[in-house]
Amino acid sequence: MSAITVRGLRKSYGPVEAVRGVDFDVAPGETFGFLGPNGAGKSTTIKILCTLARATGGTAEVAGFDVATQRDEVRRRIGLVFQDPTLDTYLTAEQNLRFHAELYGMPRDLVRPRMQQVLEMVGLWERRESKVLTFSGGMKRRLEIARGLMHSPRVLLLDEPTVGLDPQTRASIWEYIHHLREQEEITIFLTTHYMDEAEHCQRIAIMDEGKLVALDTPGALKAAVGKDRVTIRTTDDARARQLLPDAVTTSEGLVLSVADGASFVPELFATLEVPITGVSISRPTLDDVFLAYTGRTIRDSEQAGAVPAFIAAAMGGRR
Amino acid sequence: MTATTVQRVVVPERSFAADLRAVRIVVQRDLIRTLQDRTRFVAALVQPLLFLFVLGAGLGSLTDATTGDVDLQTFMFPGILATSTMFTAFFSAVSIVWDREFGFLREMLVAPVRRSAIVLGKALSGATIATVQSVLVLALAPVVDVPLSPGLVLVLLAEVFLLSFTLTTLALAVVARITQVQTVMGLMQVIVLPLSFLSGALYPLSNLPTWLEVAVKLNPLTYAVHPVRSAVFDRIDAPAEVEARLDPPLTWGDWVVPTWLQLGLVAALGLVFLAIAVRQFQKVE
Repeated sequence: MSAITVRGLRKSYGPVEAVRGVDFDVAPGETFGFLGPNGAGKSTTIKILCTLARATGGTAEVAGFDVATQRDEVRRRIGLVFQDPTLDTYLTAEQNLRFHAELYGMPRDLVRPRMQQVLEMVGLWERRESKVLTFSGGMKRRLEIARGLMHSPRVLLLDEPTVGLDPQTRASIWEYIHHLREQEEITIFLTTHYMDEAEHCQRIAIMDEGKLVALDTPGALKAAVGKDRVTIRTTDDARARQLLPDAVTTSEGLVLSVADGASFVPELFATLEVPITGVSISRPTLDDVFLAYTGRTIRDSEQAGAVPAFIAAAMGGRR
Repeated sequence: MTATTVQRVVVPERSFAADLRAVRIVVQRDLIRTLQDRTRFVAALVQPLLFLFVLGAGLGSLTDATTGDVDLQTFMFPGILATSTMFTAFFSAVSIVWDREFGFLREMLVAPVRRSAIVLGKALSGATIATVQSVLVLALAPVVDVPLSPGLVLVLLAEVFLLSFTLTTLALAVVARITQVQTVMGLMQVIVLPLSFLSGALYPLSNLPTWLEVAVKLNPLTYAVHPVRSAVFDRIDAPAEVEARLDPPLTWGDWVVPTWLQLGLVAALGLVFLAIAVRQFQKVE
């Protein structure tokens, strides 16, 4: 049985279609990532999976229960970490966890040992009596993860777990997530718009404009792209573009996908009539995968304002 | 990191007992936060103090002739007790909008408990906080010649609790869909001020112009304020004609509405508001 089963999932907000027919399965114990630019429909999907929003079409099952008709069953089995903070910062870390334990009706004799366990896991046991408002951004996020784990969920849903954190803190959050995967038998579903973070997942689904454009292991996705990426800057990009019909224009310059970058570049210098001012070669990354499937880089699709701010607010806004 | 065995938790099936636990923890959290914020208690005392000692003392000389043996401040006391409660109760309900704006509401909404348990918890915490606040106002009673007895204190606290419960549920029903605290602050002026002014808390119900009398009797809070005042007047020695002027019976036409019915009306309305608030919070995107 899958931990998450999604079939033909759709969600519209008025005339705006945030999710347009999505299918996927997540195996028990898997770490599964949703990758895509802001406004791609990732947060909307998570909201449906955690029973906070109702799908306009299709079905979704989490831990074996339907998110629309068996909401309580789903809620008892999922842990959640949202993009926006949901802690009471005027309470201590311990009080926040205790609130959670009571709300979930945890057996009383288990509250204390389980609290110690999850707080130790995220390195906050010593700070349990401090008010959350004295915590740094990274500590708060770790506390949210600990809280999401309090009731031993089968499935942990993380919506952009590292957004707004500095690189060092992001790395430490990932350490906790890896550790968690080893210690608890848990399925992790997460969304991210950081390419490098998707690499931490066993499988990734790439989402763009409400649809899944690719779904596989990070390695397989990169192998499918299979080519080196050569980015060049020239004195006249428009002219160069005409001479190189396969090139894609991005904010970083013209991007060419070639089998062997190292031998291609000298050749390019020799033959291109337009002077080249800069060049870089890179092995395929998930960014290239995204580029290959959507014709845009993640950064460009976010900067282009593919989704107007008010729609993004309607889809990603807190309720 | 210590290598302990993993504590597995199984979240139990939803039950009545689990819902009660949820109600209790919601109330407990609000109480913890309110007790931390002592300035709020002190600030909430400013309004009743101003009404009672500044307005009461200032207007007292004007009204000596009409209030007879009863000091204006004594007359005003029950009304001020009720009004200050209204503001505190409404403010407490606003905390749910804070919770929404700062995300904590989500933590409550995704839990495997009934939404009604969360809303009921909020209503009870609002009513409790307002009642605790009223104890501070009650402590002023002897200063304005209201003879406090254990019996009177109990009756007043019970009535104040009922009043604040109904007002908190009203506030919850009104603010359920509001996402910003800023919006609510404006709403409070539009809702609580008129309700308190039209509840007869600050003037007697005798000899009112017809339009005002109608408005006052349509205001549900009138039926919470009147029992509070009657409870006080039952225990002070005022000449019959003074009492008739300051605390006349509440009537519909010629029929005197009994106190139990007044309180029953308020309680029933509180349950109606509670049901509306729960429905609002049950809506799913």
